[in-house]
Order: sequence, then structure tokens, then C-alpha cells
Amino acid sequence: MIPYLFATAMLLIGLYAIVARRNLIKIVIGVAITEYAVNLFLILLGYRAGGIPPILSKGMDLNKFAANSVDPLPQALTVTSIVIGLGVIALLVALVLRLYEKYGTLDESEIKRLKG
Amino acid sequence: MMNEGLHMNQALPLFVAIPLGAAFLIPILVRVWRRLPDIVGNLSTLSLLVMSLTLVGKGPSTYYMGGWRPPLGINLVADGLSVLLLVVVSLVAFCATLFSIPYMERYTSKSRYYSLFMLMVAGMNGVVLTGDMFNLYVFLEIASIASYALVAFGTEAEELEASFKYMIMGCVASTFVLFGVGVLYGKTGTLNMAHLAKIIDENGMSPAIWFAAALFLMGFGLKAAMVPFHAWLPDAHPSAPAPISAMLSGVLIKSLGIYSLARVSYIVFGMSKPISTIFMVLGGLSMIVGVLLAVGQWDMKRLFAYHSISQMGYVMLGLGLGTPLGILGGVFHLLNHSAFKSCLFLCSGAIEHEVGTRELKKMGGLWRRMPVTSTSCVISSLSISGVPPFNGFWSKLIIIVAAIQARHYVAATIAVVVAFLTLTSFTKVMRYAIFGSPAAESQKVKEAPALMGVALILLALCCTSFGLLYPVLKPLLLGPATDVLLRAGDYISLVLGG
Repeated sequence: MIPYLFATAMLLIGLYAIVARRNLIKIVIGVAITEYAVNLFLILLGYRAGGIPPILSKGMDLNKFAANSVDPLPQALTVTSIVIGLGVIALLVALVLRLYEKYGTLDESEIKRLKG
Repeated sequence: MMNEGLHMNQALPLFVAIPLGAAFLIPILVRVWRRLPDIVGNLSTLSLLVMSLTLVGKGPSTYYMGGWRPPLGINLVADGLSVLLLVVVSLVAFCATLFSIPYMERYTSKSRYYSLFMLMVAGMNGVVLTGDMFNLYVFLEIASIASYALVAFGTEAEELEASFKYMIMGCVASTFVLFGVGVLYGKTGTLNMAHLAKIIDENGMSPAIWFAAALFLMGFGLKAAMVPFHAWLPDAHPSAPAPISAMLSGVLIKSLGIYSLARVSYIVFGMSKPISTIFMVLGGLSMIVGVLLAVGQWDMKRLFAYHSISQMGYVMLGLGLGTPLGILGGVFHLLNHSAFKSCLFLCSGAIEHEVGTRELKKMGGLWRRMPVTSTSCVISSLSISGVPPFNGFWSKLIIIVAAIQARHYVAATIAVVVAFLTLTSFTKVMRYAIFGSPAAESQKVKEAPALMGVALILLALCCTSFGLLYPVLKPLLLGPATDVLLRAGDYISLVLGG
């Protein structure tokens, strides 16, 4: 239960930053917080107190290994999602830089050339 | 042991591999010859179109990545619904690349454009083929990130602004989807869709699974631009170059949004009363709000973008009805919308290319000067407004009849009213852009380049023929796609065997 509550709370903090902040950089940080909330959640899913690394070496008993090791799949998922997150944040920051060149401000409320 | 009805297809990974390979080859090949990106780009989309057409009518097929069978490995499944989406994506992608050859000349760095375009196609094909939840998320991100960059491709102030807005919304949506995938894995210990469906079917919906369903609804709903998650679409779609607008409105919101939502809610969770009610409410809201916002628009592409929201509402409504006829109508409208909406966006691109404006008031009398563009624009406008015998009429008719049959009279009334409002709005487009007296800007324009014309004619032919070809399309494309959603249990036994 704790990972769920924790991840939801962190996700909401990130969403608050995205919705309430007006500085573009702070919005990007908000996006990063939401991404890391989910990454942390995935890692916590596979966590096991006192677990051993999920690497099967020679001479290990398979049943004992399965009973003690942490779940490796969420770790693989998290590595993938961190890489994706890196690409997303890099593109976002590049967009912010170009926006700053065009508008001369990072204030979201002044970047409003598109009409409803 | 291979079970009946599902055969191995070694060609399935090519749907992702061809565009992915092309995406990385194009920036290298452009150094050899300036024209190579055009050729490679068009050849890859053409081969995808041919390959997707060979899958039609063959029955479901599968491929195991690395030879690992589900539920352990990642599998690609081409069932009826996936094949329909593959055909739609490939058709629109081919027309868009054809259109891009002359259209993208005015932008610098055409090779990077093709590269991103191919990445987007690879992501969309992956999304519709995969049978694994996390794989779905990865392909979703590939397609989305490519589309964020493509919206900003012109790097003008407005385009950057639209792209930033789109990207923030898109990132939030992707995060929700990943969170949902994580919750599902935490509760069931598997990521394979068929295996997930089996476990959820046996154990019922627990609160955590409902939480995941809500996360997917928000995530995919944002990608599909359903009202109230629609705010990014009217900025993002018009800001992109015209072929990209056609791709975004024509297929991206469908494959990443509607298809994924339908796949997850029908196959993985199993359709239930609350979910179908949410589908219908979202669909109805999108139809009304989208069309009301569209009526007042004078920017051609912005008007089309608002209509995308409204037309996607029809698809959601049809799927949400849950009856065989309703789903058939929804799936058929999805096919039709991709034909007429991409045709409309390409028309707006051709007009912008020649007249140099997107303001309806500055056009006029184009039918004399640009006969091919005007004819396709009129055909697709009539299609989207639901005028017989064009394709939009038939799918809207099916959805309305299905709504009445299912005794959802309010939904049927909304569908009829929205159809009239759409007609009103497109009468304005035809009155100001195509007919009427020429404005100063459109006195000396000439017809768009030949290749643009070919792409427009191809899509206009689809708009005209899909309705009349319905007896052919139903058994080959639409029927199998409807069956996938209607008989979700079959998917489990199909993929897992037994």
C-alpha cells in the first residue's frame, strides 16, 4: 500500500508544479518530478527487504534464489523509462531555450500568441 | 504447440523495423544525394502500405520477439483491429510522404523531417501491433516524442509555443500510462495483455485495478484529445506542417488514443457498464464541445482541428455503445475519419502553399484556379459533414441507428445535431474558400504541384469509395476488427492457446 500512496503523493506534487507554476523551467522540473515518482514506484514494486541482487551465479540453488532475490523486471522497466525520460527532458529544455530566444521571457502568462 | 487460427508471421517485426531503419538511414543517405530522403521515405511508406494490405483477410497472426513465448516474452499480435489500424496508418503515411516531396521544400533540413516522420510511423505501428503493456508504453513514447518535435518543426514562435503545450500534456499522459502499467504489474505480476486479461477475468476488478483503469483513461484520453483533455490539440495540430497535421489528426490520435483505450478497456479489463458509460459521456461531450468551438473559427486548420475532437467523439460513442452495430459504426468512422480528415489537412496545406494564408476570409474562388485541390476539398468536406453517398454519411448513420437500437435516445439526438452543425461549419469553408468571389490574395494562384495533387486525389477517392465499398470492406476489414472488441475472451485463448 505504501508505494501506491507515496507515488501518488509525489505525482500530485509534480502535477501541482506543472499546473500552478508560471516559469517554464519550473514546469519542466514538475514534469521531471512526475516521471521520477513513477520510476520510484516501479522500483518499490520489486523491492524486498534484505533481498539479494537478481543475478543467478553458478552453484546457487534455484528455489532459494527465487525466494530471496528482488524482482528484476521492474528494474529493467525503470532503466528503460529513465532513458525515455532523459530524451523527454532534453527535448523540453531545448524547446524552452528556443522559446526564450523568441519571446525573451520564461513567464508562461506572457507566452500567449495562440488564440483560443 | 501452435493453436488453431493463429499463425506465425515472420514479417510482423518489419512493420516497426522498416520505418525505424529508414529513420536512421535517411540522415546518412542525404549526404550521398539530396533527393534520397524523398525516395527512401516514400518507398518505405509504400512498402508498409503493400505489406499491411497483404495482412487483410488472412486471419490473426503473431510473432514472438526473440523466440520467447507469452506470457514470458514480448509478442506482436496482428488481429483484426490491429490490421485495420495498420492499413489506416500506412495509407495516410504514404499520402503524407507523397505530399511532403513538394511541400517540405520550403523548410530547411528535409532529411530530419523524414527521419522524425519515420520514427513516428514506427512508434504507431508498434503501438497497434504489440501484445505487451510496457512495450505499448515504449512505442507510445517513440511516436509521441517524434510528434512533439514535428509540431515544432518550423521553429516559429507559435509553433514552439504549441509544441511546448502539447509536450507538457503529452508527458503527463505518458506518465499516467506508465503508472497504470506499474499498478497492473504490481497487482498481477505480468505485462502480457492476454495473460493480464485472463488474471483479471478470473479474479475480478479489485480497487487497484480500477485505479489502473482510471489512469489509463486519463492517459489515453489525453492522447486522444477527448474533452475535457482536449486543450492541446487545437494548438498543436494546426501548428505542424500540413502533412504532419494530416498524420496527427488522421492517425496519431487514433492509434495512440482511441485504439489503445479500446484495446486496454475491452481486451485487458473487459468492458463493463461503468467504463462504457464513461466512453459514451466522453464521446458525447467531445462531439458537442468540439463542434461548437469549431463553428466560430476562421483559421482553416484550426477549424479542422476542432472538428477532429468532435469526430473522435463519434468513434468513442460508437465504441461505448458496446453493441455489435455500435462498435462496427465506431470502427468504420475511425477508418473514414482518417481518410477525410487527412485529405482536408492536406488541402489546407496545398492552399497555404499556393495562396500563402490559412485565413478563410482571404481565400475565395479557388475552384477556378485550383480545380484538383478544390474538388478534393469539397469531397472531403461533404464526407465529414455526412452527405450521402460519401463515406462519413454511412458511418454516422450506423452509429445513430445503433444508438437508437440501444435505446440511448439522448446520444442519438446529439449525434444528429452535431452532424448538422458540422455541415454548417463546412458550408462556411466551402462558401469562403472554394466558391464565392476571389479575395485579393487568391487572384493569381495556380494549381498545386502534381505530387500534392496525386496525394489529394488518392485520399478523395478513398472518401468517395469507402462508403460504396462497404459490402467489400465489412467482411475484410471492419468485421474482424469489430469481432476483436466484441469477443474479448477469444483474444486470451488466441494468444495463450488452449
